Amino acid sequence: MATVTFWLIILLTVFSALIVVGSSQLIYSAVALLFTFVGVASLYIFLWADFIGVVQIVIYVGGILILVIFGIMLTNKITSVRISHTSVQRGAGAAAVVVLFILLVTMILKTPWLEIAAVEPDQTVASIGKMLMIDYLLPFEITSVLLLGALIGAAMLARRGR
Amino acid sequence: MDHLQIYLIVGAALFCLGLFGVITRRNAIAVLMGIELILNSANLNFIAFSRFGGMNLSGHVFALFVIVMAAAEAAIALAIIINIYNLFHTVNVDEASQLKQ
Repeated sequence: MATVTFWLIILLTVFSALIVVGSSQLIYSAVALLFTFVGVASLYIFLWADFIGVVQIVIYVGGILILVIFGIMLTNKITSVRISHTSVQRGAGAAAVVVLFILLVTMILKTPWLEIAAVEPDQTVASIGKMLMIDYLLPFEITSVLLLGALIGAAMLARRGR
Repeated sequence: MDHLQIYLIVGAALFCLGLFGVITRRNAIAVLMGIELILNSANLNFIAFSRFGGMNLSGHVFALFVIVMAAAEAAIALAIIINIYNLFHTVNVDEASQLKQ
């Protein structure tokens, strides 16, 4: 059962990512992006990363995707849901990307990966919190300053009539 | 389900699709969606290596940092895109080739 769910989630993730880059309607791309994010979050949970999975849903689905949809609304004259957008050089782009994908898959399958066995942890939140406060305290603080700067900068840039 | 390679291949597929979006789409917001796909594929690799490398949680912390960067990047990118739209009345990245009008 879990295996079937796993493969369905992989199918959902890759297929909706295909719609994101292939659909000719911008809103459809944004909605397909939602399913990609949820699929990736489910894969995180399969990888025992419960906290990252929840953070993925809260920040990507609840934050970034809403920002993207706001961006679509603000940069188009809304008359209907169908906001078309164009792609250029699809053939050449697809060829290059398929070659890259084949190279990557060959590399992944031929490399003898070192796999260290581990037991499934009860929860990861406490360990991640300790690591953030002990081993990664400086990057954590720098990230908070960066986030503050980015948000103030974004608000200033997007303001009309300075 | 318990093989590193499956996750890496899904990550590679997401990366290639994101790259395809970035190089073929001409709407700036669609390009941004491609970048989000690429960041997600990188995160998936971090978490997969963390899980199969003895459940070392450094990968999780790094993925958290990547998510924070993605949030900051999306906010700044959309502010810039809205400014470009106000100046040029288009968000086509080929037409908006100047920094000011």
